Amino acid sequence: MTSKRLLGVFAVIIVIWLILPTLVIVPMSFNEASSFNFPPKGFSTRWYENFFTDASWLKALFSSLQVAVLTMIVATTVGVLASLGLSKVKFRGKGLMEGYFLLPLIVPGIVLAVGLYSLFLRLDLLGTLPGFVLAHTIVSMPLVITNVMASLQGLDPRLEQASASLGAGRVQTFFSITLPLIAPGVTAGALFAFVTSFDEVILSLFIQSPTLQTLPVKIFNSVTQTNDPTVAAVAVITMLTSVIVMLIAQFATRKRKRPVA
Amino acid sequence: MTDHTVTGGAAPAGAVAPGADAVGAKKRGPKNWRPLLLLIPAFVIVSMFFLAPLADVFIRSITDPVPGVQNYVWLFTTEANLNVVLRTFGTAILVTFVCLLLAYPYAYLMTIVSDRTRNLMQLFIMMPLWTSILVRTLAWMVLLQDTGPINGLLAAWFGIGPIPLIRTTFGVALGMTQVLLPFMVLPLYSSMSKIDKRLLPAASNLGANPVTAFFTVYLPLSKPGIFSGGVTVFILGLGFYIIPALLGSSKEIMISAMIQQQISVFLMWGQGTALGIFLLVCTILILVVVSRFNKGGSLFPGVDR
Repeated sequence: MTSKRLLGVFAVIIVIWLILPTLVIVPMSFNEASSFNFPPKGFSTRWYENFFTDASWLKALFSSLQVAVLTMIVATTVGVLASLGLSKVKFRGKGLMEGYFLLPLIVPGIVLAVGLYSLFLRLDLLGTLPGFVLAHTIVSMPLVITNVMASLQGLDPRLEQASASLGAGRVQTFFSITLPLIAPGVTAGALFAFVTSFDEVILSLFIQSPTLQTLPVKIFNSVTQTNDPTVAAVAVITMLTSVIVMLIAQFATRKRKRPVA
Repeated sequence: MTDHTVTGGAAPAGAVAPGADAVGAKKRGPKNWRPLLLLIPAFVIVSMFFLAPLADVFIRSITDPVPGVQNYVWLFTTEANLNVVLRTFGTAILVTFVCLLLAYPYAYLMTIVSDRTRNLMQLFIMMPLWTSILVRTLAWMVLLQDTGPINGLLAAWFGIGPIPLIRTTFGVALGMTQVLLPFMVLPLYSSMSKIDKRLLPAASNLGANPVTAFFTVYLPLSKPGIFSGGVTVFILGLGFYIIPALLGSSKEIMISAMIQQQISVFLMWGQGTALGIFLLVCTILILVVVSRFNKGGSLFPGVDR
């Protein structure tokens, strides 16, 4: 039993080391002094005020939200269609096709970023909303597909057949039977897509332009070029956004397990 | 094939079972390619904005500034490049090894605790994934700086002057390990949870001491998890850009930063893209070799968490 206790102490240290360091950002964001020193001196909300009154930070936040919502819509729609297609038919090369859709997960981000930069230069898509949405869709869609495929695996095919035999068309069957049953997987996939886009840095760094930057790009530029503590407040805001969205996703996947089991 | 005897369309209305059969037959009939149309949007998007950019990178690497393999010759004959490659691989190997050492006991503990504790342990491992790498790196920048809390404590307790933590390989490895640890724990746990708990007592009944039992019984059985976790961490580590850029020094850059530098700073598209293709080929080779070696292992180790 002592060895188990020892493992327990070890695990607690790991958890502290995983989670605690990130939280230093929170006190930093309430720092009164205009430096990045820790521990912070005094308490002030001036960096949050700075953020919410600075047009360039607000513009970046708005761009990020816009790109993330559009990416979520595109990646989820296209991803759900692809998952349905993959689950409905058996054909030679199906595994290859699935692998093809998941490939963006394993290719080094910098390589894809350079490729998109080169392609977008030619297509005049650099720093445009469609450019950002397409680039983010590529890395978000695999997460939608894996989540939706997992949901579809737990789906009883006889329910769709029953629906069809009762006279429902394919589209009606999808919206009244299939979609409600796989909704938790779709929701989780959509939220993962949102967060992936909202947090994406490396592709965005390459396809940014002075007219369109997302929040992570602005954070990166601010960290590497200036020493503005506003970035700590921004980091806390993005952190809260991602954590809230992921908690909802977690809740959605939890629920998924009950009706299937 | 037997379903072909049931012809679709003329199933009596109201009876569910024959109707279902008819639909089943229809699916195998001449129309069974129709759901394939659903794949078209995804196929078009992935082909245009994933495959085409990668092809573009490859073509640039053999045509820019002139057609030929001079960019690859440059890559393999310049000593500075080889140093960057060695540093990148070295860091990725170090991080993989440290992750394994930290993740193994953690994942093992997950297999012997109650369901509630296990869920909690899993939640704690997943939670960091919910925060962007950028924010976590920013936090390490604050902690590791010369006037940061770690150096402050060192000075207060031991009276030693600021130790350079940021802008060092140590800083990079620390940040990378923290980000990549979950990718090691999850596959390890999934492989360990399949190991029969009675095997270790059986080994000790047969006279093995705990160390022998661990190395001859438990460790080999957990190999699939070690492989898939190790490969995921290693290939993700090879491609890291943000953490080395913010926690490392400009003198000790890694492949990703060098690609960015060649293209954005020096405008050497050919050399930058050749480095990119080299990184891509390394990643694919590692995946292929390991999936051959580790039979039954997924080609996408990170996906089936």
